[in-house]
Amino acid sequence: MDEALKELNDFLILNYSDDIISSDFSYKQLSIFVNVSAIQEITSALKLNPICQFRTLVDITAVDYPEEESRFHIVYHYLSMHQNIRIRLKVPVQETELVPSITNLFPAANWFEREVFDMYGILFSDHPDMRRLLTDYGFQGHPLRKDFPTTGYIELRYDQEKKKVVYEPVKLNQEYRRFDFMSPWEGSEIDLPVQLVNDEEDTRDV
Amino acid sequence: MSKEPREHFPESEQSIRNFNINFGPQHPAAHGVLRMVLELDGEIVDRCDPHIGLLHRGTEKLMESRTYLQNLPYFDRLDYVAPMNQEHAWCLAIESLLNIKITHRASLIRVLYSEIGRILNHLLNITTQAMDVGAFTPISWGFEEREKLMIFYERACGARLHAAYFRPGGVHQDIPEDLLDDIGSWAVSFPKIVDDIEDLLTENRIFKQRNVDIGIVTKEEALDWGFSGVMVRGSGMAWDLRRAQPYECYNDFDFKIPIGKNGDCFDRYLCRVWEMRESVKIIQQAIQKLYKCQDEDVLVRGKVAPPKRNQMKKSMEALIHHFKLYTEGFHVPKGEIYSSVEAPKGEFGVYLVADGTNKPYKVKLRSPGFLHLAAMDHLCKGHQLADVSAILGSLDVVFGEIDR
Repeated sequence: MDEALKELNDFLILNYSDDIISSDFSYKQLSIFVNVSAIQEITSALKLNPICQFRTLVDITAVDYPEEESRFHIVYHYLSMHQNIRIRLKVPVQETELVPSITNLFPAANWFEREVFDMYGILFSDHPDMRRLLTDYGFQGHPLRKDFPTTGYIELRYDQEKKKVVYEPVKLNQEYRRFDFMSPWEGSEIDLPVQLVNDEEDTRDV
Repeated sequence: MSKEPREHFPESEQSIRNFNINFGPQHPAAHGVLRMVLELDGEIVDRCDPHIGLLHRGTEKLMESRTYLQNLPYFDRLDYVAPMNQEHAWCLAIESLLNIKITHRASLIRVLYSEIGRILNHLLNITTQAMDVGAFTPISWGFEEREKLMIFYERACGARLHAAYFRPGGVHQDIPEDLLDDIGSWAVSFPKIVDDIEDLLTENRIFKQRNVDIGIVTKEEALDWGFSGVMVRGSGMAWDLRRAQPYECYNDFDFKIPIGKNGDCFDRYLCRVWEMRESVKIIQQAIQKLYKCQDEDVLVRGKVAPPKRNQMKKSMEALIHHFKLYTEGFHVPKGEIYSSVEAPKGEFGVYLVADGTNKPYKVKLRSPGFLHLAAMDHLCKGHQLADVSAILGSLDVVFGEIDR
């Protein structure tokens, strides 16, 4: 299986050297960074070229790296049942960049791209039906972005008096508890004790 | 509204518009909270637009703020019909990133319980599919067996449904000796029950009229829509991850992969029936193998697993390790992995991006039902309204995993 992946990697680099940013082979899996402009071309090559025959789209998702210039990596997983190998394509895109949809090649991409749009706010061009998929009707924001709070912004309940469901801003009886058990020697993000001391001093001064 | 006499409209110009109906979210044949907007032309379905997300709990978001071990129980709540099979994918992902090799006994127990999960799932699916087309007896027979299987779950891990039994590094605890005997004797009696259910359904005229040649999936369609599991096997492709990309110790087992011929709802039903019989074979083999390795530990007692109880009473280090494991959790090295298992419904995968801390940076749960439901519009077009529930039944959807 490893040999087949290496061959595939060589084939892709040979033919699409301009559009492949880098490739990585780890944990017996091949992942290839691809330019966003070439995604249609490479996907159709993966699907149709007899060397590849990646006929099954396994998954599309995105990963959010807020500190990077290309904030999102869109991740495509393909499977070739004929060759019994898998490949991962990764496409770095900026926040406002349009990504070409691959629904013309894989109808299965339809819902995956809707989900990525819903969860990350990445827009796909030439998508037949770009609606939200998993969130509520009329939902605002994109929940899987790293800057979206886990508790969300609105909550809903049934109002006895109005006899309907009402939406309200989230009210937490207890503040959301984010336990950070990382050892302070290994990169805990919380530096509570120092913060507390400073706050106390501040109030005393006032 | 202007009231014009009817005579003003000649017969030929009377406009006939399509009829829209909501199927669900409270429809008993919707298998959970699915709302489908169906556009009907008479009785024929013109368009079918599934609205999902009514059970969306944000599992992937929640997982980003919890440790690897704390995330494990979320997998029981995805496909709650066969919980352990999902946990399996998560454990495999973590184990390959950490490069852990689990013990043979743990591996056998995992296989045993994965197959019990498969039977749990198929029993539910076959019988509810039958109920969708009007047969009520199979479900009561099937659930009797499901109850027995869930007792086996309970005896291994203490919970009937939300097991949290497969852990990174093995399984949580060893199973008691008499449990093996009981599963063994159940495996002897179970094929009779499958025969009985088959007697009710396989040659049943109504069941056949409702399922044969309904919702045909060709090989091409199965590939284009990213199907997996029974949905591809029903269409004649012998694709099973247990065989094609063997994980755990499935290589040591002797079992067949049933495939269909026509790719219709009836073939998928037959595939599931035969898969149950094959699972029973695997269970019997696993039990025989388990008898031979009674003394092995079921957890790799390293950083990822708690120390044994008696050690904690004696050793300070073991106690510290136990405390650190359940608060800080273990760290997974930086990297990314996609690992998948042949869950009863198809390929269940986990795409895990680890950043070297005790929490995953990103998790994507790839559920088979999501893709199957995505093809609903394609499958239902041109079918009768009554076929929608038959097709939906044979897709085997569970909203825990589709909405996540």
